[in-house]
Formats: sequence, C-alpha cells, structure tokens
Amino acid sequence: MNALRRLDGFAWLAAPALVYLGLLYAIPLGLLLFKSLSAAGSFPSFAGYAEFFGDGFHMNILWRTLRVALLVTGLSLLLAYPTAFVLARARGVAQTIILIAMVLPLAVGVVVKTFSWSILFRSNGLLNKTLMNMGITDEPVRMLFTEPALVVAAANVFLPFMVLPIYAVVRQLDPRLLEAASTLGATPVHGFFRVVLPLTLPGVIAGSAFVFSMAVSMYVIPSLIVGERSQTLPMLIARSYLFLRDEQLGSSMSAVLLVIAVMVVMGSSALLRRLSGRGT
Amino acid sequence: MTRVEKMARWASWVVAATVVAFLLGPLIVTVVVSFTSSSVYTLPPQDWSLRWYVAASRKSGLAEAVGLSLQIAVISTALALILGTMAAISVVRGRFAGREAIATFAVSPLMMPGLVVGVAMLQAFRSVGFRDAWISLILAHIVITLPFVMRTLLAALERFDFTLIDAARTLGLSYPQAVLKVLAPGLAPAFLTSGLFAFLASMDNYPISIFLTDARNKTLPIKMLQYLEEQPDPTLAAISTGLILLALVVLAVGSRSVGLNRMVQ
Repeated sequence: MNALRRLDGFAWLAAPALVYLGLLYAIPLGLLLFKSLSAAGSFPSFAGYAEFFGDGFHMNILWRTLRVALLVTGLSLLLAYPTAFVLARARGVAQTIILIAMVLPLAVGVVVKTFSWSILFRSNGLLNKTLMNMGITDEPVRMLFTEPALVVAAANVFLPFMVLPIYAVVRQLDPRLLEAASTLGATPVHGFFRVVLPLTLPGVIAGSAFVFSMAVSMYVIPSLIVGERSQTLPMLIARSYLFLRDEQLGSSMSAVLLVIAVMVVMGSSALLRRLSGRGT
Repeated sequence: MTRVEKMARWASWVVAATVVAFLLGPLIVTVVVSFTSSSVYTLPPQDWSLRWYVAASRKSGLAEAVGLSLQIAVISTALALILGTMAAISVVRGRFAGREAIATFAVSPLMMPGLVVGVAMLQAFRSVGFRDAWISLILAHIVITLPFVMRTLLAALERFDFTLIDAARTLGLSYPQAVLKVLAPGLAPAFLTSGLFAFLASMDNYPISIFLTDARNKTLPIKMLQYLEEQPDPTLAAISTGLILLALVVLAVGSRSVGLNRMVQ
C-alpha cells in the first residue's frame, strides 16, 4: 500500500501501454531467450549455442554480418556528417530540397528502395551502362550479389537516420563558440577538433548506434541484393524458422542477434550519459 | 573566412549534393522504369507505355494485399496513438520513480531486430494456441507503431506549457474541457507527424509480418517480395511508383500542416 501511494495518479496512465508491451513484446522475447537455453525439455542447455558457435560456417556469417553493419555505419557517417552541417546552414529552396531528400526515402519504405537498387545493380542496369559509356570498363561488372553492393544499398536506406540526429545537434551549435575559439588563437582545424567535433559527438553516437543496430538486423535488403550466396545472420534466422524448422538453432541465433542489439543500445546510451555528465 | 574554412564549406556542399542525388536517384529511376514498354529494365526507356500499370491492376491478390496493409496500418496506428499518448503524459507529468525506464522501454522496439521480435511473437502466440493471422498482425503492428508515437509525443509534451491548462481552468473551463480545448490542439502537430510515420512504418513492415501471415492474409510488402521472386518484370516498378506517390501525398499533408523541418525533429 505504501509503495502504491508513492505512485501518483499519472503513473496509472502508463499502465495500459506497459501491460501491452509486457505481454506482446517483453514476455515473448523472454520466452525466446528461455527456449534458446533449453534443449529436449532440459534447462539450462547450451546445445543451440554450441551448434552455432562451434560451426565455422555460422561464425563466418556472424562475422560477415558485423563487418557489413560496420561498413554501412562508416559510409553513412562519412556522407551524413558534412550533409548535416549543410542542412543546418541552408535556407530556402536548398533547405527544402535536402529535407525532401531525407524524408521522402524514409516515407517510401525499404521494399521499394531495395527493389530500385536491384534494378540499378543489374549487369545491364544503369550503373553498368554508365561505367561502360565512360570507358571505365568494357564488360559489365557483376554488382548484384556482391558485398559492396549490399553496403551501398543499405547505407542508402539508413542514411537519413544518421543525418537527422547529427542535424539536431548541429542546429543548436552556437556559431559564436568557433569565433571565440579563433579569437583565442585556435586555427580552424584546431577549432573543429576541439570545439565542433566534441559538441556534435552526441548526434554522431546516437545516429551510429541506430544505423548499426538496424544494419545488423536488416533482412529485406540482403535477401534481395545478395541472396542466398552470402547470407547474413537475420537471413539464417529466417531460414531456420521458415524452411529448416530448426527452432533450437533459430532461437539461439535470435538470442545472439538480440544481445548484439541490446549491447549497442545500452553502450550508446551509457556513452551519451557520460558525455552529458562531463557536460559544460 | 580563411582558405581552409572556404574549402571545407565547398567540400561539404559537394557531399550534400551527392547525398541528395544518392537518396533521390533510386526513386526517380523506379518511376521512370515503370513507364517503359519493354519487359527488361532499359534506361532510358525506348518507348513509353502504361502496360505495367495495366498488368499491376490485373495482378492477382494485389488489391487484397493493399487493402489488408491499409487496414492494419490504420487500426494499429490509431490504437498506438491512444496507448502512446497516455504513456507519454504519464512519463512527462508524473513524479514517480522509473519514468525514464518506461520511456526507454516503450521506444525500444524501434531498435530491436524486427525478425527476432517476429519470431518471439510467433512462438508466444503458438504457445497459447492463438492462430488468427489478422488479429496477430494488428497486435504485432501496435508494437511497431507505438515507439513512433511515444518518441514524438514525449518531445512535444516536454515543450508544452502546462500552466496553460491551469489558466484555462481559472477562466472557467472544467478539467476535461481544458484538456480538450488547450492540450489537444497544442499536441495536434505531434499526433499528425507521429501518426504519419507510424502508419508508413506499418505499411512497410516485412520482418515481423512474415512470421504472422497465413495464405489468406498477406500484407503488401510480403506480396511484393513474392511477385519479385515469381516474375521480376516492371510490374513491380509500377506498384512501387504507386507507393512513392502515396509517400508524396502523406508528406505533402504533413508539410502543409506542420512543416517539413518540424517533421524531422
């Protein structure tokens, strides 16, 4: 009763959403973790994990998944960071065009964009024709079903999620800070690394964590761009449930993917807290 | 401005222009390809025609898939708006422990692997013997749409000046009247943006839906991938163009009433 009294009236407003998410999201995920740790009716058992981690084929796929996600995050960051500054400075038509380029692809969805890339990457597709017309290659280059193609397509899909958090931070940057730095004798390069970069770091961390966790778990993009030839972990999980009916292995792999995602989320929010704690 | 600064500024404009082309290019290509007359993807098309739109309109199961996706997106977004608004008000206005944890928890499905959430739901539904695909899809899509509502409304409520409600009550409105006449209009832009993005996320979801559909209930993204495997002709470009048009309409509505810049915050 005492504990209840400490909750004010507003606390009850959150109850429906919490009960809902508890029943349809938290408990199912808990059950999945439980299942991944039990085999043939006995608990705990690490048979599923042993099957996953003991197999070079699976380890290769895990490594490829992480590598692709890292490359996608890196490429997105490289393109997004300058774009966020331009977007913050742009006015009028330029600002509208950049904003549309961010929001329209977000609104269109993954399936349509991935389909577009599968057209572009075809051996008789636009990219190959352009390359041949420019005389860079004589024969069409195989792009579809390669890892670079996957990285480019995924970076395209996730890029707005990197630009927008950085843009949110850059907008609040006080331009007088850089002036102050240069008045105090800092060179522009010095001013960037000592003033601008640290202040925009929260946006970079938030964007990178979001893009990485989505890139690790993407499913539609790799299944259309690289197919069965070089699978990623989510494709393997889907296969093990939808075709192989190997739920033991499937739930262990799901748990591995879940742990990676949770680690990224918790790691990034711990980093962000430390940054704001160190603060101004 | 020094030379270094000028060069940095110039280089960042080049990157931004590249990014705009990179993001919009694939969509433009899809729209152009959908009007080709040949059955291979030639660019630019040799001859223009609407044959792939005719083919799309005859595609079996497409209309049903579009209808189902619209139904699920509208119903799940509406329910998520109710649940999410209540929870967001509780987190922002309440003075109890664990409010931040509630906010993080309610936004977290956005960052969890969709496929894993889908598998987990499938197993949970099965373990209680629940098999109705339509209701499963609605229930699952509320988990997909809720984070969008929660995230946007938390930010909007943080900015809302709650003394306005007290002012309205001093002027003679009852509490429910004050909420309806002062709080609800103040939150309207947040309802609109979060609702639009939640709707689009539901329309686009593949990794969770794939585990919950049955032969009769297939959502649009699942149907599209199925068509792509069966017969990869430009019919899909025509369907995609329809979806791009839908996105444009949704964004036009959003930017007319809220403004593009506020939509991305």
